[in-house]
Amino acid sequence: MKKAILYLEDGTSFVGQSLTVIGETAGEIVFNTAMSGYQEILTDPSYSGQIVTMTYPLIGNYGVNEQDIESAGVHVKGFVAKEFCRRHSNFRATKSLIQYLEDNNIIAIEGIDTRALTRHLRLFGAMKAIISTKDFDPESLAKKIKEVPLMEGADWVKEVTTKEKYIWAEEGKCPVVKSGKSKYKVAAIDCGIKFNILRILTELGCEVHVFPANAEYNEIMSVNPDGLFVSNGPGDPSAVTYVIENLKKFFGVLPVFGICLGHQMIGLALGGKTYKLKFGHHGANHPVKDFVYDRIGITSQNHGFCVDIDSLNKDDVEVFNLNLNDKTVEGIRHRKYPVVSVQHHPEAAPGPHDAQYLFGHFIEMMEKNRK
Amino acid sequence: MPKRTDIHKILLLGSGPIVIGQACEFDYSGTQACKALKEEGYEVVLVNSNPATIMTDPEISDHTYIEPLTPQFVEYIIEKERPDAILPTLGGQTALNIAMKLSEAGVLEKYNVKMLGADCDVIKKAEDRGCFKEAVLKIGLDLPESKCAHNMEEARAAAEQLGGYPLVVRPAFTLGGTGGGIARNKEDFEKIAALGIESSMIHEILIEESIEGWKEYELEVMRDNKDNVVIVCSIENLDPMGTHTGDSITVAPAQTLSDVEYQKMRDASLALIREIGVETGGSNIQFAVNPDDGRMVVIEMNPRVSRSSALASKATGFPIAKFAAKLAVGYSLDEIRNDITRETPASFEPTIDYCVVKAPRFTFEKFPKTDHILGVQMKSVGETMSIGRTFKEALQKALRGLEIGHTGLDNKLDYKKIPKEKIIHRLKEPNASRIFYIKYALQAGMTAEEITELSKIDIWYIEHIEQIIEMEKELVKVFNEKKEIPRELMKKAKQYGFSDQQLSQIMGCSEVEFRKSRKEMGIVATFKVVDTCAGEFEAYTPYYYSTYEDEDEAVIKDRELTAQAKSPRKKIMILGGGPNRIGQGIEFDYCCCHAAFALKEIGYETIMVNSNPETVSTDYDTSDRLYFEPLTFEDVMNIIDVEKPDGVIVQYGGQTPLNLAHPLKEAGVHIIGTTVDSIDLAENRERFSAFISKLDILQPENASIFSSEDAVDTAGRIGYPVLARPSYVLGGRAMKIVYDKEALLSFIDEAKDVSEGKPILIDKFIEDAIEVDVDAISDGENVYVAGIMEHIENAGIHSGDSACVLPPHTISDTLIEKIKKYTTDIAIRLKVVGLLNIQFAVKGEKIYVLEVNPRASRTVPFVSKATGVPVAKIAALIMAGRKLESFNLGQYIEPEHISVKESVLPFSRFSGVDIVLGPEMKSTGEVMGVASSFGEAFFKAQACANQPLPREGVVFVSVKESDKRNLVFLAKKIVDLNLNIVATRGTAKVLTSNGINVKIVEKHGKDKSNELLKMIQGNKINLVINIPSGEKSQSDMRTIRAAAILHNVPCITTLQGAWAAVNGIEAGKIKKLTVNSLQRYYLQQKEFMGQDSQETGSKRTGEE
Repeated sequence: MKKAILYLEDGTSFVGQSLTVIGETAGEIVFNTAMSGYQEILTDPSYSGQIVTMTYPLIGNYGVNEQDIESAGVHVKGFVAKEFCRRHSNFRATKSLIQYLEDNNIIAIEGIDTRALTRHLRLFGAMKAIISTKDFDPESLAKKIKEVPLMEGADWVKEVTTKEKYIWAEEGKCPVVKSGKSKYKVAAIDCGIKFNILRILTELGCEVHVFPANAEYNEIMSVNPDGLFVSNGPGDPSAVTYVIENLKKFFGVLPVFGICLGHQMIGLALGGKTYKLKFGHHGANHPVKDFVYDRIGITSQNHGFCVDIDSLNKDDVEVFNLNLNDKTVEGIRHRKYPVVSVQHHPEAAPGPHDAQYLFGHFIEMMEKNRK
Repeated sequence: MPKRTDIHKILLLGSGPIVIGQACEFDYSGTQACKALKEEGYEVVLVNSNPATIMTDPEISDHTYIEPLTPQFVEYIIEKERPDAILPTLGGQTALNIAMKLSEAGVLEKYNVKMLGADCDVIKKAEDRGCFKEAVLKIGLDLPESKCAHNMEEARAAAEQLGGYPLVVRPAFTLGGTGGGIARNKEDFEKIAALGIESSMIHEILIEESIEGWKEYELEVMRDNKDNVVIVCSIENLDPMGTHTGDSITVAPAQTLSDVEYQKMRDASLALIREIGVETGGSNIQFAVNPDDGRMVVIEMNPRVSRSSALASKATGFPIAKFAAKLAVGYSLDEIRNDITRETPASFEPTIDYCVVKAPRFTFEKFPKTDHILGVQMKSVGETMSIGRTFKEALQKALRGLEIGHTGLDNKLDYKKIPKEKIIHRLKEPNASRIFYIKYALQAGMTAEEITELSKIDIWYIEHIEQIIEMEKELVKVFNEKKEIPRELMKKAKQYGFSDQQLSQIMGCSEVEFRKSRKEMGIVATFKVVDTCAGEFEAYTPYYYSTYEDEDEAVIKDRELTAQAKSPRKKIMILGGGPNRIGQGIEFDYCCCHAAFALKEIGYETIMVNSNPETVSTDYDTSDRLYFEPLTFEDVMNIIDVEKPDGVIVQYGGQTPLNLAHPLKEAGVHIIGTTVDSIDLAENRERFSAFISKLDILQPENASIFSSEDAVDTAGRIGYPVLARPSYVLGGRAMKIVYDKEALLSFIDEAKDVSEGKPILIDKFIEDAIEVDVDAISDGENVYVAGIMEHIENAGIHSGDSACVLPPHTISDTLIEKIKKYTTDIAIRLKVVGLLNIQFAVKGEKIYVLEVNPRASRTVPFVSKATGVPVAKIAALIMAGRKLESFNLGQYIEPEHISVKESVLPFSRFSGVDIVLGPEMKSTGEVMGVASSFGEAFFKAQACANQPLPREGVVFVSVKESDKRNLVFLAKKIVDLNLNIVATRGTAKVLTSNGINVKIVEKHGKDKSNELLKMIQGNKINLVINIPSGEKSQSDMRTIRAAAILHNVPCITTLQGAWAAVNGIEAGKIKKLTVNSLQRYYLQQKEFMGQDSQETGSKRTGEE
C-alpha cells in the first residue's frame, strides 16, 4: 500500500492509498452511482480519458470474471473508491479486482471521502484530475494538470475504434452463443462499442459487421447491411466530424440506430447541437420516459455531453425519450426516416434491462425497411 | 394519471398489537399512508386495536376506530362508515387476512367497497403456496422443489416423493413463519408438519427441498397503475437460508452479487410483480442463491409493505408506504416527487453510498426454558439499524446499537476460555450470538474458509470480521509499544467502527478521558446525509448518520442556514428508545414522536436520535432533523457536539436514554424536565424509601441487600412472600415473587449478572391487593393527574402484562381522591417536570406506593387515547418551559366511556414456556377495548388480543385451593350464561356441593388419562380458567395451558381475570356490540392545548 494523492484542477486534493500500481495518471474525473457493475464500467471504452470514482463505498466484492467485460481492455485512466475489497466472493470470480487493476496497470486510490468528492463534482462540475503516488507537491501537480487535454473538443474515438473491420463472434472476440442463422446484417460504426450491444444484436438474429469509425460510406454499404448502428464511445461528439459527415449519407438509405455518443453524433448530423453537462450522467438509476411506448424505464447512463433540446429542428426530429430527473434529451427519432437514437444505454451492462426493447425496435425498423 | 375521483372515503386497516413478526413498522407505514391520503383530500377511516400507535392519534385520520381487528368488527365499521374503498396492504398480514375474509364473505361486495392496492385474487396468488408456485413457473423462474399438503397423509406422501431430509415446512397464511420449521428427520417432520397444518389459516402447508445454507436476498419492489416498476432496495442476509429474515443480520445493498446476477434478480422481480398482478404499491420478494453455482430460486413474495420495506425506506430515504398510498389512489410514480431531492420524481431507483446493517434483538433471557436456536420461525422482538461508510463500521455500530451490553464486535467472552466444540457448535447452529462466535473462532485460529464451511456465512463477511480483529491486534501492539496510538491509526480504527469504549479499554483509560484525547487529536465524527441518490442531487431533508470522513454535511447545513441569516431557532433533542424489546417498545416511540410534534409546532427545531428502523420517530417527516444513530453516550455526544442543542429530553424513550442521563449531565449537557437527581431519587431504592417515608405514605417494607446472608435476614424480618429484583431495570427484568428461603437464594444466584455491583431489592409482597397505575403531568408546581388505571389482575403481575381499566371500576371515590393526593404530593416533592407514573397497591383501605417512575410510562398512549388528552405533548411543552395552567386542562374528569387495556403475549413462539404471569414482563404488545360498559370493553379487548371470549360452549375450570370458595359464585354466573363447565375432580367437588352442574374430567397425568388434553386439542373447550397456586407452578396443568395456547383457546390464569371474562361474556351475549370512533368519544371534549402568550421557539427552555 502506498500513499497516493488525488489532485483536482481547482486545487482540491484528497489523500488516500494506492493498492495497485505506483505512478501517476491524469484525466477528467467523473462519479458513477451504480452500486454494482464495476468490471463493466472499467472495460467500457466510453470511459477513455476519464478517472472514475464510484459513489458506492465498497468496490470489488465479487471479484472479476471472464464474462463481464465490455471490451478487450480496461479503459479508465484511474479508479477511485472508498474501500477496495480484500477478499472477494462469487462463484464466477477468477481473480480479485485489485489484481485485475494491477494486471492492467491502472492506478486505483482508496481511503478517501468519496462522498465529499462526489458532492464537490456535483457543485463544481466534472474537472481534470491527477492521481499520483510520487508527486505530492500542489504546485507541481497544478502545472501538470494544465497539460492534460480538455474533454471538450477532444476526439477520443480514434483511440478506441477498431483498426480493422470484423464480424462479431466469428472473430472470437468474446464467447457468444449464437442463436440460429442470422436474419439481419447490421453494420456497426465502432466508436468504442460495448460488447453487450454486439451480444444483444447477435442474440436478436443479427450478423454484426463492425467497422472502424472512419470507414467510408461505400465500404459500409458494400456488405449490403439491413441497418446501421452507431455506437457509444468516449469524448466530445462534435470533435468526431468524420463520423457525423458520414452519417448524413445514411439517413433515408438505411435504418439507423444510435446509442450514447452515437446518438449525439446523429443529433449533430441532423443539424442539432451538443453541449457539455456539468457533471454528466453516470449510473444505473435514471428514469427515462418513452413517449412512443408510454412507459418509464430505469436506465443505465454514461455521458458527459448532451444533445441540446432547443437546437433540434422539430419539423424533422422529435424527442421521444426524456430524462425525468433533469428533463434532458434521452432519445430522438426522425419523423420521416427510420432514424432512432438514445442517449441512455439499452444494452445496460451494467444496469437495468428496462430499455432493451429498443433493440427490438431497431429490428422492426430493419424488417419494415426490407419490405 | 391524476388521483381517483370516484372514491372519497377510504378504510385503512392497521396491524393490531405488537407481536413477534409484526411490530411498529406497520405503525410507520400506516401513519404515512393516512397522512398521504389525507393530504390528497380523502376522508380516512382507520381501524387498529393498538392504542400505542401514532396512526390511532385522532388527528392522523378522520375516523379513528380502536376496535378489534376481526372481520366481524371491521364489518360493523364498514356498515357504519360506508367507505368507498379499503386499503389492506399497509397493515401487515393481519390487514391482508381480514380483507381477504371480508371479500370472501361478500361483505365488500355488499357494501360496495373496492379493494385498493391488491385485490383478493392477487393476494391469493401471492400467498397461496400452490397458486404462487404455478405463477412462478409460468414466467420461467425457478423454485425449490415442493409439494402441498392439507393433512398428515398428504404430508407424509409429499415427504416421500421429495426424497430425504432435511425438508422445510411452511404453513400458508401466517405471519412471521408461525408453525413452520426445518425437519431433519422423520420424527421432526411428524411434529412440525402437524403444527404447521394447525397454524395455517387455511390448514395448508408446503413441504419443500431444503436450500438451507444458500445465500438469501430480498428485493423491495414498487409498481404503479401504468406498470412502471422500480426496485427500491436490495437486501442481503448475512445469515444464510434457514434463519428467518427477521432473525438474520441483514445488509443493504446486496454485497456479493455481480451486476449480472443482480439484474437477473431484478428482472425476476419485475416479472413476478406483473404476473402476480399487484396493481399498485410495494411488494417484497425473497430469493435464494446457491453460492456454488449461482442457481437462483424464488422463495416468497409479500404483496404488501412489510418489515423489510420499513427497513428499506429507512435505509434509502425512499418512503415506500407513503408512495404506496399515493399509488393506490391513482398516481403514477413519475407524478410523485422525491421529497429529499425535490427536483426528481419517485420513478427512479435509490442508490446509496453507505452500507446498512440491521441486527435483530432477542429476548431469550425472558423465556429461559425455550431453546435459543434460530430457525424459519421468527423469534426476535426488535431490531436496530446502523449506517456506516464501510461494512465494518456499520456492523460495529449495529452491535452496540442493540443495547445488549456489547460495545461493538467486542470481546465479551475470552476466546481462550471457550472450548473448540462450543465454538463449532455455535457456528453451525444459527443462534443469537453467532456473530461474536465468528470472532472468537478467528481469534482461536480457525480460518475464514473453515468458518464459512461450518456456518455457510459468505466468506466476504468473515473477511471483514477478520479485518476488525487485525485492527484490534495492531492497536494493542502499537499501544503496548508506544503507550499511545498515532492519529492515522486512530482515525482508521474509528473508520472500522470501533467505539470509544472499545478503544479506551485497549488504552486502559476511561471512556470520557479517551473521548477528550481523541477530540484533541482532531478525530471527530462527521455526519453524512441519507439522500436516495448518492450525492448526485442536492438533498433537502436533514437525515444524517455518522462516520469518520473529511466532510461534515450537518455542519455545512448549519453554516448555510446561518448565512441565510435566518434567526436560529432553539433546538431540542429527543433521545429515542432504540430497538424494541419486551418492556420497551412502541409506547416510548409514541411519546418521542409526540414530543417532536408538539415542540415543532411551537417553533423549536427538533432533533430526533434513534436506531430503530421500524419506528415513526425515524421517519424523516417526524422531526426537523433525524440522526439515525445508536443510543450510546459516545454516539449521542457526537451529535450534541455538532448540534449544540438547547435542551435534551431523556424521559421519553424508556430506560435507554434514562441510562444516559447521568453521563450526559456530567458532560455538561442540558437535560430538560425532571432533573437527573430526581430521577436517581426515584430509582435508588434506599433514597426513594426514605423519601416516601417523609411524605407519610405507606410503602411495602423493603431493603436493598448486597449479600445472601443479608437477604435471608431481611426476608425473615419482613416475612415471606417477598418481591426480589435487581435495581435499575425496566419491564421487571428478572423480577420474582419468592415464597421461601430456598427460592430467595437461588434468585440471588441467578440475578448476579443482571446488574453487577448494584444491590438486589427486596420488598414485602402484598398479597391480594389491587394494583393501580397513575400517569400524571407536573410542572414542578402543579400536577395534572392524567389517568388512573385499575389493574384487572392482582398486584404481583407486571403492570405491562396485566389488563387494566380506565376509569377504575371497583375502587371507592375516597380512595381515588387519596391516590390523586399522593400523586400530587410525590410529583411536587420529587420536583417532577414532565411525566410521572406511579404504581400503587390498594389493600382494603390502605394504599401503598410500589414504584415511582419520573418518566414516560408504557401507559401514556393508552391514557391519551382513553381520555383524549395529549399527555405526552403537554408534558413535552412543560419540559420546554410552559406551565400547566396555560393549558385548558382543569381537573381530571373521568371519561364516561370505559377503556380496557389488554396485553398480548408471545408464548406461542416459545414452546416449552409456561404461560403463567408474574412480576417479570413478558408481553410484546397491547390492545384496547372501548365501550360504554366494562363488560363490553373487556369483551372487545379480548377480541383485540386474539383471545376471543366465547358466547357459548364449554369452560374448563381449575383453581388453586385458596380460590375454590371464590369460584362458586363465578361458576354459577357461567352456568347462568348458558355455558357448560368442566372441571378437575377437586374443583368439581366444591362446585357440585354448591349445586352447580359440572362435568368432571381427569387431570392430565393422573392414571395416564389425558381426556382434558384431548378435549383442548379437539377444540371442545372454548375457555380455560386455570389459576395455579403461587408457591410452585403445577407442572401437570402446564401442559394444559400450553395446549390451550397452541390451539388458540383463551386461557385465564387469575381469578380477577376470570371475573372480567365472565362480565365480558355476559356483555357479548346480551348486547349487540357497537363500534365508535375516538372522534365521537371525544366530541364533548374541548381543546386542551391552550396557548402560552409568551411561548415561542426562541424563548429560553426550562432551567434544570
